[in-house]
Amino acid sequence: MDFSFDDIQTMLADSVGKFIDNEYDFETRQANAGSDRGYDPAVWRTFAELGWTGIPFSEADGGIGGGPVELMIVMRAFGRGLVVEPYLANVVLAGGVLRRVASAEQKDDWLAPMIAGELQATLAFTEPQARYDIADIATRAELRGGNYVLDGSKAVVPNGANAELIVVPARTSGARNEREGITLFAVPASSEGLGYKAYATVDGQRAAELSLDGVALAPSAILGEPGDGFATLDAVIDDATLAVSAEAVGIMRALQDKTVEYSKNRMQFGVPIGSFQALQHRMVDMLTACEQSHSLLLWASMLAADGAADAKRAISSIKYQVGTAGRRVGEEAVQLHGGMGVSWELDIAHYFKRLTAIGQMFGNADWHLDRLAE
Amino acid sequence: MNVTLSDDELAFRDELRAFFRDRLPEDIRRKQEQGVILDREDHIRFQKLLAEKGWAGVNWPVEYGGTGWTPVQKYLFATEMAEANAPDIVPFGLSMVGPVIYSFGNDEQKRRFLPDILESNVWWCQGYSEPGAGSDLASLKTRAEFDGDAYIVNGTKTWTTLGQHADWIFVLARSRADVARRQEGISFLLVDMSTPGVTVRPIITIEGEHEVNEVHFENVRVPAENLVGEEGAGWTYGKVLLQHERTNIAGVARSRYRLKKLRERAGRAVRGATPLTEDRNFMRKLAAVEVELKALEYTELRTLAAVASGKAPGPESSILKIKGTEVQQAIDTLYLEAAGYYALPYVPEQYVLGFPDGERVGEDTETRFSLQYFNNRKASIYGGSNEIQKNIVAKHVLGL
Repeated sequence: MDFSFDDIQTMLADSVGKFIDNEYDFETRQANAGSDRGYDPAVWRTFAELGWTGIPFSEADGGIGGGPVELMIVMRAFGRGLVVEPYLANVVLAGGVLRRVASAEQKDDWLAPMIAGELQATLAFTEPQARYDIADIATRAELRGGNYVLDGSKAVVPNGANAELIVVPARTSGARNEREGITLFAVPASSEGLGYKAYATVDGQRAAELSLDGVALAPSAILGEPGDGFATLDAVIDDATLAVSAEAVGIMRALQDKTVEYSKNRMQFGVPIGSFQALQHRMVDMLTACEQSHSLLLWASMLAADGAADAKRAISSIKYQVGTAGRRVGEEAVQLHGGMGVSWELDIAHYFKRLTAIGQMFGNADWHLDRLAE
Repeated sequence: MNVTLSDDELAFRDELRAFFRDRLPEDIRRKQEQGVILDREDHIRFQKLLAEKGWAGVNWPVEYGGTGWTPVQKYLFATEMAEANAPDIVPFGLSMVGPVIYSFGNDEQKRRFLPDILESNVWWCQGYSEPGAGSDLASLKTRAEFDGDAYIVNGTKTWTTLGQHADWIFVLARSRADVARRQEGISFLLVDMSTPGVTVRPIITIEGEHEVNEVHFENVRVPAENLVGEEGAGWTYGKVLLQHERTNIAGVARSRYRLKKLRERAGRAVRGATPLTEDRNFMRKLAAVEVELKALEYTELRTLAAVASGKAPGPESSILKIKGTEVQQAIDTLYLEAAGYYALPYVPEQYVLGFPDGERVGEDTETRFSLQYFNNRKASIYGGSNEIQKNIVAKHVLGL
């Protein structure tokens, strides 16, 4: 049992930390979020050059052979920096499917350029009616004249409008909610019949509603075995749940630090508001929530790295934790900043919105607590 | 980073497991299971077994007879002790005054006191709180006046846990009044309870038991050689002691054991009732406490790892105290709820060894659940109330 980082992990933490500190201040983040694509392609190239887009991929696939701990390190720092570049959609979601089940040829086509930073990708993992059940897939793929024809809708697809590759789960058999019969397709964004409604999300990121209206794909577009996609999808969503939990812990820590700092400088009644015991105790509660969340994150990341049998339970634990403790920390940070906390101008509001968005993703706190209560 | 135990650690765990399985006396095991309060002799017998094995000074340095264990070994020890449902180590000697004496005492005091603490030959108790000095401990009024070769101690200490069993008491007393800060001028004294002028009076707590006491000092002569460290610097030593107390206070391993047992009970049809596992509300609350406890377990491990790398337990230990006691009390509440109507019968006479099963009200120890709930409201009050802990964290960790 050991909580220390190895040399590579230490280097990674240093380099991501330096990037956030030196090259990604809040003004940069806001500018990137407000740009046409919603992120800065130059920043994305930097991620690729530094090897961050290759973290969870094997060296054979052109990656650096990292795992959940390395992803945790990056995502926690991205949380602190409130990074809007679509790391989750590319590396964790689409990349998570590709590295698990893509053929060598498919990896050449999609994974290699994604790692190189030359291709944007995503995974359309949920549907308008599905809420948090990833097996709830109504989109159908029917074999007609040698091609699979896809019809259906996908909801709130992260990086949806920028992605050149969209991994789409569709039903080749079975009824809605069944785990059997889900097939994963590599869908080029240029495919005929693919419709987008692109939008910004409340946390300054981008997403799209996707419609598939008779999208025809050759069988070579299937990733993995037909009908067998659920296990892959499930594993990728677990990765993503852990990744956004790490991001949330980074955000919580930033909110905690900034709130304490603000309370030392903000003068009311002739004294810093941080001298009031009513506020001090609330900030201690925030600190405790951060420490507890940090601890669970380390535990869950280590179990996931080991492929332990109870890793799923650990991931539900940390997601429940950041869902509940994260909401408390976010709301308290806003409250203790007073009017400034609800101003668009200040970073506090934007941390809070991203934290809130994370709370809604991949199962909210109640959903994960239900899993744990079984 | 990894959570796996090394082969050495696994072997150590097996050794611990075998020890508690083979050496924990059967009558003590049964008392623990049946909710019977241990007497003085039970505690001493158990702690002497640990001492024989060299495991009594869990946190002590090797040079004073301690284990020198790594954080993981300490974690395993606490885990296996809890899993065997062995008694808690009485903290006042081994966890509190022992570390103060080896950290701040002189060589003569170390020779005189440490071996008896390690071997549980002497039972210690704590003389900190006073009727007028609770959270505001520095307002304590017990006086220690120097008269050449001894301190004459006068005053009253209260909430003295298991003082009725104690041979010695460590006392914070004011030895000087002309000080700039109230924290100055307080001395740390070791007092033999058999000295004339010391009297112990029981205080009965909410659940009806005699666990704590008031200790009165009337012109008690304490030889000058029983002063620990510098005269007037006792507050500093006392704070170190409290930080040790706070890390031990979290009780993670015991809480985990209790949650495991509660989950087992929830799956049973007690008296033919629908198992509590069917009660969604209950199971969700149980799961939420399990998550909080798992987080605390790793917060404690992180703290222990920091201590092992050379840091003393700092103000962060306050977080362990706050969270640890919150989790304990949440578990107490779940047990209370699990008991249903059988939280009501007040039948302390049942909690003796050999009470006939046929005459018992309620199953197992369920009529103790409410008593435990009431008794353990103390957890967020003692050792510096949780509100005081928040003051400490705000000041020393957050710099407010």
